[in-house]
Amino acid sequence: MTTLPLLTLMIVVPLVGALVVAFLPKGSAALAKPIALGASLVTLVLALVAWAQWSADGPQFQLTETYAWIPQFGVSFALGVDGIGLSLIVMAAILVPICLLAAWNDLGEGAGEDPRRTKTYFALMLVLLPMIVGVFAALDVFLFYVFFEAMLVPIYFLIGMFGGPRRQYAAMKFILYGLVGGLIMLVGVIALYFHGPGGADGFLLENLIGNVTGSVEAQRWMFVAFFIAFAIKAPMWPLHTWLPDAASEGRPATAVLLVSILDKVGTFGMIRFCLSLFPEASQWATPVVIVLAVISILYGGMLAIGQTDVMRLIAYSSVSHFGFIVMGIFVFTTTAGAGSALYMVAHAFSTAGLFLIAGFLIARGRSRKIADYGGWQRVTPVLAGTFLIAGLSSLALPGLSNFLPEFLILAGTWQVSPAAAVFATLGIVLAALYILLTYQRIFTGPKPEFVDAPAPLDLNWREKAVVIPLIASFLVLGFYPKPVLDLVNPAVEQTLKIVGVTDPAPAVANNTGSAQ
Amino acid sequence: MIPAAVSTAFEAVSINYLSISPLIVVVTGALIGVLVEAFAPRALRAVIQFWLTLVTLVLALGSLALWAVPNHAVTLGDSMALDGPALFMQGSLLVFGLLGVLAMSERFDGASADAFTSMGAASPGSHQEAAATRAGLVTSEVYPLALFSLFGMMIFVAANDLITMFVALEVLSLPLYILTGLARRRRLLSQEASLKYFLLGAFSSAFFIFGAALLYGFSGSSDLKYIARAIPTSAVDMNGLLLPGAMLVLIGLLFKVGAVPFHSWTPDAYQGAPTPVTGFMAAATKLAAFGAILRFTYVGIEASRWDWQLAVGVIAALTMIVGSVLSVTQTDMKRLLAYSSIAHAGFVLVGVLAFDRAAIAGVMFYLLAYGLSVIAAFAIVAMVRQGGSEATHLSQWAGLGRKHPVIASIFGLLLMAFAGIPLTSGFTSKFAVFAPAVAHGGTMGVVLVVIGVLMSAITAYVYFRIIVLMFFTEAPEADGAGDAGEVTVLMPSWASAVVVTAGVLGTVLLGVVPGLVLEVANAASTFLL
Repeated sequence: MTTLPLLTLMIVVPLVGALVVAFLPKGSAALAKPIALGASLVTLVLALVAWAQWSADGPQFQLTETYAWIPQFGVSFALGVDGIGLSLIVMAAILVPICLLAAWNDLGEGAGEDPRRTKTYFALMLVLLPMIVGVFAALDVFLFYVFFEAMLVPIYFLIGMFGGPRRQYAAMKFILYGLVGGLIMLVGVIALYFHGPGGADGFLLENLIGNVTGSVEAQRWMFVAFFIAFAIKAPMWPLHTWLPDAASEGRPATAVLLVSILDKVGTFGMIRFCLSLFPEASQWATPVVIVLAVISILYGGMLAIGQTDVMRLIAYSSVSHFGFIVMGIFVFTTTAGAGSALYMVAHAFSTAGLFLIAGFLIARGRSRKIADYGGWQRVTPVLAGTFLIAGLSSLALPGLSNFLPEFLILAGTWQVSPAAAVFATLGIVLAALYILLTYQRIFTGPKPEFVDAPAPLDLNWREKAVVIPLIASFLVLGFYPKPVLDLVNPAVEQTLKIVGVTDPAPAVANNTGSAQ
Repeated sequence: MIPAAVSTAFEAVSINYLSISPLIVVVTGALIGVLVEAFAPRALRAVIQFWLTLVTLVLALGSLALWAVPNHAVTLGDSMALDGPALFMQGSLLVFGLLGVLAMSERFDGASADAFTSMGAASPGSHQEAAATRAGLVTSEVYPLALFSLFGMMIFVAANDLITMFVALEVLSLPLYILTGLARRRRLLSQEASLKYFLLGAFSSAFFIFGAALLYGFSGSSDLKYIARAIPTSAVDMNGLLLPGAMLVLIGLLFKVGAVPFHSWTPDAYQGAPTPVTGFMAAATKLAAFGAILRFTYVGIEASRWDWQLAVGVIAALTMIVGSVLSVTQTDMKRLLAYSSIAHAGFVLVGVLAFDRAAIAGVMFYLLAYGLSVIAAFAIVAMVRQGGSEATHLSQWAGLGRKHPVIASIFGLLLMAFAGIPLTSGFTSKFAVFAPAVAHGGTMGVVLVVIGVLMSAITAYVYFRIIVLMFFTEAPEADGAGDAGEVTVLMPSWASAVVVTAGVLGTVLLGVVPGLVLEVANAASTFLL
């Protein structure tokens, strides 16, 4: 333990940074971007310090801080992380500076840049970071809800103000889906308080876990209220339709913030709240959830194959990947649970790679249509190569980030439901199809001719600085995922203990050990 | 049955002057205002009235804090209860009054208050009107009218007796009918709104007084305390008077909050009234009427609630649904905010129906938070102009965020509060009324809350559509001929600036750190009998 309130600092630093960026005087607007990047890097350092202080043998929630906030409602400002929360915070703290760097020249370069819009753009991206930290670290259900809903607003403005031609539609669809889910959850949140111990800190997770009273039906209703909000966020079939619009109309960096980081709140929430608070209802819902997850895996994969827009393709591939994560959560084995927790981190990086590198491509080709490209490997070889690596990572090539988590999830699912595992495996085949077909259509073929414009340049130093840490993360997670697994395993075991399930056969658990 | 409350011999009522001191201050200020109107030189009237009103309101707030709050009392022959809820709401009303009067005084670059006509009695477009404008006449009587209305509202929230409540209802309504008809621009619309408001208001007063008569027949008294006592003890054959009486009184009160199906005056009156008056009505009238509803239902007829609760529940559901759904189709900003205020009235009713102390606090908190935001919102609507008149059509707001980012951002913040986004006051207040409804409202409470959150999503669509319009849409190109010119935002004076700042501060602080105000509301949530 430390006397330094690390988690609060990680909320305050980027928040102050965002406010400074937003209210910079006219003359010094050029400082907006460096200040935003600096604040996000400081937060990254704090996140790494937090990771260094975390100990696997410690209590479930560490770095805890609790202050009374609205005692009249039973609300505390309580922060703390378990391994899953910490791994996601570190992931987000790494990705946000990368996104800021990738978005550096989104609004034009040098003189062509409107300083006021730049300030707004970077302030909105940076202000997401405190909310991300808050949502993953909240140990109070109400506080979690506040961050969960408040996060919608910056993304709404990022899509609506800086997005593509159909940005109004996409932004509206995004906020409505988010709000409807959130409001349904609000009923559950209110009901939860009155089925808990109550009092001035009645929303504290530690007071609620294991103490939710009420009839079985009431608990199931509350579970459903929470689950719908998380399923919209995650996003699961059939509540996913906002994602392709939001991800393709937003800027690439916005898409990364949205899909790689914010959508993880959905799956994180399932583990933290659905499973922990309503163990009986979670088991009751398992068959339906697993079927929905398998449909998401296959449906997302098939729709990805059919896309003509590269950003929409990546978005649909995420629907498929989120299906894996949800399936791994709800089969209730330590293997699959650890796989899901690991997948949340791995998917963030591989999808960030795809979105950002596709964004670099679109910045050059000025089109999101796959058909408008061809043979670009001969013009921009580095871009093509990095896209391929990110793609291979996304389709779970062994040695890259997504392989191990998908394997763990499938192995864990097999223990419980071989049928689901078999169907889900088809998702991997689909992933190979949509990634490799896309690569083939965009990058292979005869060298394209650029009649009225000079041939585009390959990745510059800034774009390489974006890509290198991402590729490094694929390799680390592919070859040496142990640090992350060590982080998430105790949390997964603790959650499954609350749900009250044990792994089916000990022999399989031994295999898990060797797989790590 | 022999009326128990009517005493044969005359006895003077005892009056606790300290606890009614804010009322005395306000009515004194209003009466002095009338004298100023009669005797002060014309050129100085508006200035004197403005400062007189401000000083009156500040003094009233001071006397409320210093004398009334430590002296909770049932006084004036039990006809008024200056208890926690009454004082909390009187304080809120005085704050709304201050902000409303500041907004009404806004002159922009003109010589007199911008929102009001130079002569209310002249017919629109007539020579008289032109002559009045040339002569520099100003309707400075708006200030005493606002004070009288406020005086009525402050009695309304404290009235413990149906007759007192009725008198307060009329005292608060009559000045509002006049204020509604005084708009400087679109005067025909304004006068029509005034007439509609007056006719329907008179109609609802008739319902109220008829209901009061039936309840008097039932209990032998118009005092809420005696009505409450009579309910469990009365003979069964008297119940035929109780339920119709209670419903008719409720109809009179629900009319004032704009609950469906008694809402049809709201959009017209809100649209036609001078914009600052609309803001004042939306905040203060609503709060006062809910104050009376709380007292009437909790103190008066609580014991018979199983007989009428379902009906009011249906009204609450209808109010939320109609208010939300119809706000989607509006193209005029003031009408849109009117329908949104109807939806908000529905949300508050959900809290009222919880019948719990926490619900009283939640309702009071909601009304305070909503009032602060809505006064500021209407103050901003008054600033957005095209060709000199208010640009209330939604299409005129397109692209406002690019040209006037500060005002558009503030308006966006207020809209998010109306939508109930966390970290704004709108979210805290929704939670404050929905939570008691889930906890104590039984099945009906849960159903109403579910309807409430679904309708919140619909209203959120409406508000976010305006944000889309302001921030994500390009302003239409001015195409020369036939165009009324560019949409601009007038530079507000300090008065409007104070109103908007207070609205923003209230919206943010009650969203982020609501603890203090919630604590005060909780402490003030017990009725005295």
